[in-house]
Amino acid sequence: MPGPDKRATTSEVVAELRSGMTIGVGGWGSRRKPMALIREILRSDLTDLTIVAYGGPDVGLLCRSGQATHVTSGFVSLDSIPLEPHYRAARQQGSITATELDEGMFLLGLQAAAWRLPFLPTRAGLGSDVPRMMPHLRTVTSPYQEPGSGECEELLAVPALRLDAAIVHQHRADASGNAVWLGEDPFMDDLMVRAADRAFVTTERIVPTESLRDGGVDLTHQGISRLDVTAVVETPNGAHFTECPPDYGRDEAFQRRYAATAKSDEAWDDFRAEFLDLDESGYQAKVAELSEVAR
Amino acid sequence: MSGARRADVCAVAIAEAFRGDGERLCNPIGNLPLIGGRLAAATFEPHLALTDGFYSLVDNVPPVGLDESERQAQRVVGSWNPYRSMFGLLWHGRRHVMMGATQVDRHGNQNIAAIGDWHQPRSQLLGFRGAPGNTINHTTSYWVPNHSPKVVVESVDVVCGIGYDRAAELGPVSARFHEVRRVVTNLCVFDFSASDDSGVPVLTLRSVHPGVTIDEVLEASGCEVVVPGEVPESRGPDQVEAAELERLDPGGLRFAEVPDQ
Repeated sequence: MPGPDKRATTSEVVAELRSGMTIGVGGWGSRRKPMALIREILRSDLTDLTIVAYGGPDVGLLCRSGQATHVTSGFVSLDSIPLEPHYRAARQQGSITATELDEGMFLLGLQAAAWRLPFLPTRAGLGSDVPRMMPHLRTVTSPYQEPGSGECEELLAVPALRLDAAIVHQHRADASGNAVWLGEDPFMDDLMVRAADRAFVTTERIVPTESLRDGGVDLTHQGISRLDVTAVVETPNGAHFTECPPDYGRDEAFQRRYAATAKSDEAWDDFRAEFLDLDESGYQAKVAELSEVAR
Repeated sequence: MSGARRADVCAVAIAEAFRGDGERLCNPIGNLPLIGGRLAAATFEPHLALTDGFYSLVDNVPPVGLDESERQAQRVVGSWNPYRSMFGLLWHGRRHVMMGATQVDRHGNQNIAAIGDWHQPRSQLLGFRGAPGNTINHTTSYWVPNHSPKVVVESVDVVCGIGYDRAAELGPVSARFHEVRRVVTNLCVFDFSASDDSGVPVLTLRSVHPGVTIDEVLEASGCEVVVPGEVPESRGPDQVEAAELERLDPGGLRFAEVPDQ
């Protein structure tokens, strides 16, 4: 039987979100971020958000707009521009609070939430300033003796990163939320949708279920099941300006333009007026215009 | 070879950090570390595995600085290694990473997260990234292209990669996989072969690069450094290594990172 029709628009998805929520954002750095939904959130009056991500411009934009008040991350970076300028400014001004985890701890937090466990143990983080700066992180003593020493090892207990909502971007999806990632890394999107009470998938293209593997897509790229998806939105070029290979690479020129908006309030206001106060089709038209000019 | 260029000496010193690693993932981060790591794999440590910089482990030794299509065309993929697999690999331990360090201290603690108080830093940097997990799980070395008292410090502002003092506090069971092997800088090579009064390993001068004096190293270091009775000069590349360096870095990225003195 086909799954239920869960197609929606970005504004319908944002209408389901509430101020104060903890929202997980898929992707990694400046790679395959659900930017069309981030832009819709930027146009909304949502506030007091906790953003949970391997962060990139998603985090930076929501810090700059003032809508994020807490960020939980494994890092925040634009990849080709190592330091995210707006996240950086927010941290230095103290306009947000932060939980900065080791990258692997972050994965375990998502996995714990996805498996409905309170925590997962790891050695990662022990001895570092992660638990010292974030004293809500606790250790747990193994109930088993370590074979060599006979000691019961102390490990860091990474708490579940439970999410009210997750937003992820996938290359293809069907109308009920079965989704396909292309490229070479699924990132943690499949864990993120399971870590969340409600999960919203944006996609380059909604296709019939029987066409999800068109073009020689391998079964192993069908990573997200409709069982874990609340709604699905078709957003062509929706990860722009982050990369979404093989559909498209990062728009480095646009990313540089974005990064430069940290230089002054005027630069940000201009960028916001030119690109963010438009709806998604207006934004995409602007972007198309820019790439025409560049050509 | 007395006329060796400084960047080549650094590349060889980086390569030497991976000597003896055998069959494990050699995972240097940054241009000169990549060049040095690949030099080791191309010469005296032929069983090292390398990454393609993204999502796979490769079994050949391609040059650095390739554009995306060339990078994909030239790699011989041994296995798929998306990020979640990389965490699995590093928790398993068969890896030696060489990371950068905004600060590194006497006991080998490393900071890439922030300058100042972490809670509201004077300068926000990368965050902890993978440094805590790396250092507690497998061998780690550091590359410092700009050796100065601001980088080599008495104690780092934020401990990301853990040093020998933090490892000692954890005890021998929790810290049994911890090893900070080398700190290679643009001036010298440190290891941790000497210990402080409590028996905790500390920065020890292993060699100085040609043209650098021990006093220069001490002046450029913001913490105490153990100087053994005899400090050899870091070696330059032999003929085979020199040819490999040209092949691995035909564009001379290494000279942009460490200019001639």
